[in-house]
Amino acid sequence: MPKPHLYLLLGLAAAFGVSYFSDYFNPYYLDVLAGIGINVILAVSLNLVNGYTGQFSLGHAGFMSVGAYLSAAVTIFLGPKFFGDDGGTAFQQGALFFGALIVGGLSAALAGLAVGIPSLRLKGDYLALVTLGFGEIIRVIFQNVEVLGGALGLNGIPPYTTIFWVLAFVAVTVFTVTCLVTSTYGRGFLATHDDEIASEAVGLNTTRYKIVAFVIGAFFAGIAGGLYGHFKMTITPTGFDFTKSIEIVVMVILGGMGNTLGVILAAILLTLLPEVLRPIAEYRMVLYSFLLIVLMIARPQGLFNFKLGKARSA
Amino acid sequence: MTEFLQQLLNGLSLGAIYALIALGYTMVYGVLRFINFAHSDVFMVGSFVGYYMGKLIPEGTLWGGLTILVGSMMACAILGMTIERLAYRPLRNAPTLNVLITAIGVSLLLEYTGQVFFGAAPRNFPAIFPVTNFHLGGLIISSNQLMVIIVSAILMVVLQLIVFRTKIGTAMRAVSLNPKAAVLMGVNNDVVISFTFGLGSALAAAGGILYALNYPSIDPLMGVMPGLKAFVAAILGGIGNIPGAALGGLILGTVETFVAGSQWSTYKDAIAFAILIIILLFRPAGLLGKFTVEKV
Repeated sequence: MPKPHLYLLLGLAAAFGVSYFSDYFNPYYLDVLAGIGINVILAVSLNLVNGYTGQFSLGHAGFMSVGAYLSAAVTIFLGPKFFGDDGGTAFQQGALFFGALIVGGLSAALAGLAVGIPSLRLKGDYLALVTLGFGEIIRVIFQNVEVLGGALGLNGIPPYTTIFWVLAFVAVTVFTVTCLVTSTYGRGFLATHDDEIASEAVGLNTTRYKIVAFVIGAFFAGIAGGLYGHFKMTITPTGFDFTKSIEIVVMVILGGMGNTLGVILAAILLTLLPEVLRPIAEYRMVLYSFLLIVLMIARPQGLFNFKLGKARSA
Repeated sequence: MTEFLQQLLNGLSLGAIYALIALGYTMVYGVLRFINFAHSDVFMVGSFVGYYMGKLIPEGTLWGGLTILVGSMMACAILGMTIERLAYRPLRNAPTLNVLITAIGVSLLLEYTGQVFFGAAPRNFPAIFPVTNFHLGGLIISSNQLMVIIVSAILMVVLQLIVFRTKIGTAMRAVSLNPKAAVLMGVNNDVVISFTFGLGSALAAAGGILYALNYPSIDPLMGVMPGLKAFVAAILGGIGNIPGAALGGLILGTVETFVAGSQWSTYKDAIAFAILIIILLFRPAGLLGKFTVEKV
């Protein structure tokens, strides 16, 4: 059995294990772990776009919000219709939640396709801005949809997200991204990253690779959004503004672009950091941004990138 | 018709502020080829410097107001040069993405430091200039709006003179055209880049003061939205192109004001980005920019 499949099984087993014994853990640690998991999904999926394919996207939070809103809409509006007001049995709830996450992921992927086809013709800073713009437009649209709570946000989302779902989707995301980039087809992502003109010259359809990466990234961002919504139980459009996108980009860059393990470590570190710095409450974000600048100057190739001597530039 | 002219006037005065901020973005992009995300926070610091100076100087006088304006511009010019020296210069040869992330870091640092020092709650900006309303037909023109338009027009003319009539301006254009060749011709790039940051930050500070005159509630996050929109304005006009930034700012401010006055007012924050997307898809070089093809 190839290695990634083994890791997938191990990940799923760990998810089962942790959720089986979840009663024995401190709920605070479980909450932090769920937060870490969601950020890992976001960072790893964005790494496919920003790191491996080298397309700088600043709209990941927008796709996340599409997933969060639509999956919440499924559990809130469709759930009671199918299984009655009490939400049905645990199995029915699980099936509903799984369906809702898939709906969220697919609609985010669709949004990714709609955004990606026109904007991926652009490069570098311009692409970053267009994705940022689309992210902001998605936010403004959700602010104006009254059914989904408008500017006040959507409340009363059932708390379906358990540690099992988070860890299982972390495993699936890491598995998919790893298998994709190490496959024969996936070499195209790296080629697009390394030299777009040369890739085109040898006959690769770089636009298609970019769109595929973008859509898959958006899909997992949607899943993460769904998990996030059912974890926090309330979502607001402003929670998915471009500061959130930047937070995810920072994880990818600190982890070392195109280095899945590093990105996972960075996502863990950056989720823990604000928790650890909680005692110095008001100064923690000052310290966070200061560390970010220092790290970029001192270790531009990313905190956890040990393989490459120099940074993989976009 | 009167309403149309009134909205046009409001739009132009908002657009003039966007134009001032956009100039800073466009100049920095011109010499360094990166988006200075921290620019919008220099704008914020500019209005806070004005706020604190307003406590020392009697408000409501023309000379007092101008002193505050110039003082804030100087303070922000120093801030901008410091940021460049400490955060961006070590990354001069690093990949663009790293510089971009550093810029985001500087931006967050200024915002959060601002929240610690100034407090997160909005404050009332004092009326530093004397306020009167002029009535022209059915039009109401406030002196603050006039002040915005006049001050920005003067600053843009001065900027144009600096860039096209002085030695340092010539050096700026040289660095923007080809940094390596500029060094060979004896231009000190570090000095030029530092000067560019100072100049851009001073304009952002002026924008901050003028913005606060018309929207007198200031807080540490006030720069984010105007900053993003000003950047859109810079792209709309053609990034790196100084008259383009001014044009882009005016267009954006006007369109936004008209949307805000229409039935789609809740979409006013989205309109700037919609314009951005359309312009990048159909004319990526901007209205006044020149399109360049990437060579192998």
